[in-house]
Amino acid sequence: MSHVADTIRTRNAEAAGALIGYLPVGFPDLDTSVDAAVALLENGVDVLELGLPYSDPVMDGAMIQRATQTALSNGFRLRDGFEAVERIRSRVDAPVLVMTYWNPVVQYGVDRFAADLRNAGGAGLITPDLIPDEAADWMAASSANELDRVFLAAPSSSDARMRQAVEASRGFVYAVSTMGITGARADVDAAARGVVSRLREAGAENACVGLGISTPDQVADVLSYADGAIVGSRLVAALEEGGVAAVAEVAAALATGTRR
Amino acid sequence: MKLRDHVGPYFGGFGGRFVPESLIAALDELDAAYQAAKADPTFAAELDELHRTYTGRPSIITEAKRFGEHAGGARIILKREDLNHTGSHKINNVLGQALLAKRLGKTRIIAETGAGQHGVASATAAALFGLECVVYMGEVDTERQALNVARMKLLGAEVVPVTVGSRTLKDAINEALRDWVANVETTHYLLGTVAGPHPFPTMVRDFHSVIGIEAREQVLALTGRLPDAVVACVGGGSNAMGIFHAFLDDEGVRLVGNEAAGDGVDTPYHAATITKGRPGVLHGARSLMLQDEDGQTMESHSISAGLDYPGVGPEHAWLADIGRAEYRPVTDAQAMDALRLLSRTEGIIPAIETAHALHGALELGRELGPEAIILVSLSGRGDKDMETAARYFGLLDAAAGKDSA
Repeated sequence: MSHVADTIRTRNAEAAGALIGYLPVGFPDLDTSVDAAVALLENGVDVLELGLPYSDPVMDGAMIQRATQTALSNGFRLRDGFEAVERIRSRVDAPVLVMTYWNPVVQYGVDRFAADLRNAGGAGLITPDLIPDEAADWMAASSANELDRVFLAAPSSSDARMRQAVEASRGFVYAVSTMGITGARADVDAAARGVVSRLREAGAENACVGLGISTPDQVADVLSYADGAIVGSRLVAALEEGGVAAVAEVAAALATGTRR
Repeated sequence: MKLRDHVGPYFGGFGGRFVPESLIAALDELDAAYQAAKADPTFAAELDELHRTYTGRPSIITEAKRFGEHAGGARIILKREDLNHTGSHKINNVLGQALLAKRLGKTRIIAETGAGQHGVASATAAALFGLECVVYMGEVDTERQALNVARMKLLGAEVVPVTVGSRTLKDAINEALRDWVANVETTHYLLGTVAGPHPFPTMVRDFHSVIGIEAREQVLALTGRLPDAVVACVGGGSNAMGIFHAFLDDEGVRLVGNEAAGDGVDTPYHAATITKGRPGVLHGARSLMLQDEDGQTMESHSISAGLDYPGVGPEHAWLADIGRAEYRPVTDAQAMDALRLLSRTEGIIPAIETAHALHGALELGRELGPEAIILVSLSGRGDKDMETAARYFGLLDAAAGKDSA
């Protein structure tokens, strides 16, 4: 069974839904990124989305670009990603999904990547630039290793593509809230509600909303119609400004949004 | 199936669509509009008319006899894309895509540019069609190509310097993709080369295929036979695909692409993607690319900003893979020598990009001998490169150098 799907189901039973938090590996350094990820999970974040820094992150806004570029300049290697997953999992029993652009997985070897991720205790992958149409290798490798695969659905996706995303995904479907890239926004797009309802019509069990969410109110609002709320840039900004303590504080505040 | 009939999304194991889901609807819309336009004679007529009355097509061919003496006496025939409006082949694709953007009801175009040639061509088309235009350009390139930045601005475009990543062409493409994701309803991404997600590699190739179609007829008319080889420079590979395409099924015609070898392919400073790269995914397609063991894109290096790109179009990767085309590296020094040689033997100052193909022609001519006919894509003129060339050859005296800096 999917640890991620179980967690989201549980959080929807006992609260308004799940809080999913993103942080990149290696920012500001490997040890601190592990501590910060643990702090998230100890302060109300239910599922971790651990990002692997990549040289050409086309889905990311300025905040996450800056953080991942710092990690790369500091010498981030893919093997650090597996090490981080293992270290986080040894300290907290919460599901860890890895968010990665596709080329690093291809170069590492799709099967090898899946096996190493599973051995490290990872739950699966979120793949922002891999659509199900191009994902035959990953579908096979994730099935063989019982890993989750989270594909994206956007406001612009056709009904057929919504169904395809639902059928291909395991764990949850990532509902893109707005036509855009990552980064805090004052208003989480009304389009998010439409994406989630269309995903439900297409048969989605778990639809989680990401892009632009940065406040407890937005978390609460999103969880009124979705199964999970995904927060990224706000947490990265907290880490940049105030270190692990600030990440813990912001996570705890965001988590109040799951209890309304 | 003829090689010429391949229309994507895959070329062998290359091509496809590796982009965020948010862009798929726009790519589908573009593909449908392009298919409809291809089937519509009024679209072809409109584009032909523009090429005749605005671009200056057909472009002529010039036999480079004095230059040919340095190429083993081979007959060197230049396809003069440098004589097009805006000074390079780039206008062929830009006018085609701008017409499509109008058909799609888009009011804004965005483009990436390295040397600035595609940015200038895009700004030109935007002015002609009354479209808003934003050009993304790596900050490093805005400094190297200040004159082209001024040209774009004069044409009414907004030039956005990209300050993230390596601050060059690849980062300009990333930034254009980010803009497109956010503004796709009003905006067409006018991609400037045969790379990117489907349908771009096929569509951009088709808009440039006029180069090879004209040149094939012109060489036949001039010499009575097909050339032994067709030579072009390859960065992303748009002028090369444009001139190669008509010859893909002419088995006796060798197709040779010249990549930028910078300081040399055995140094870290080159942009020889096919010679030294591995298969991978970059900017929306699976192709060959320069990358490290972890799949992080490596920075490329070339004296020519237009060839300074760590990827290449997927159809080139495929043609290399099946052995239909060969790709050879040309260093900065070899290209600059060829640039000077063409200037002094023919009175034609080529772009530094194009000079890579001219070196390739010299090499091939010496291999093939005086009976050979070699068609070269003279993809652009060298005006934009005068500062680089003058500096390289020491043609500026110290005081003048200071003034121009």
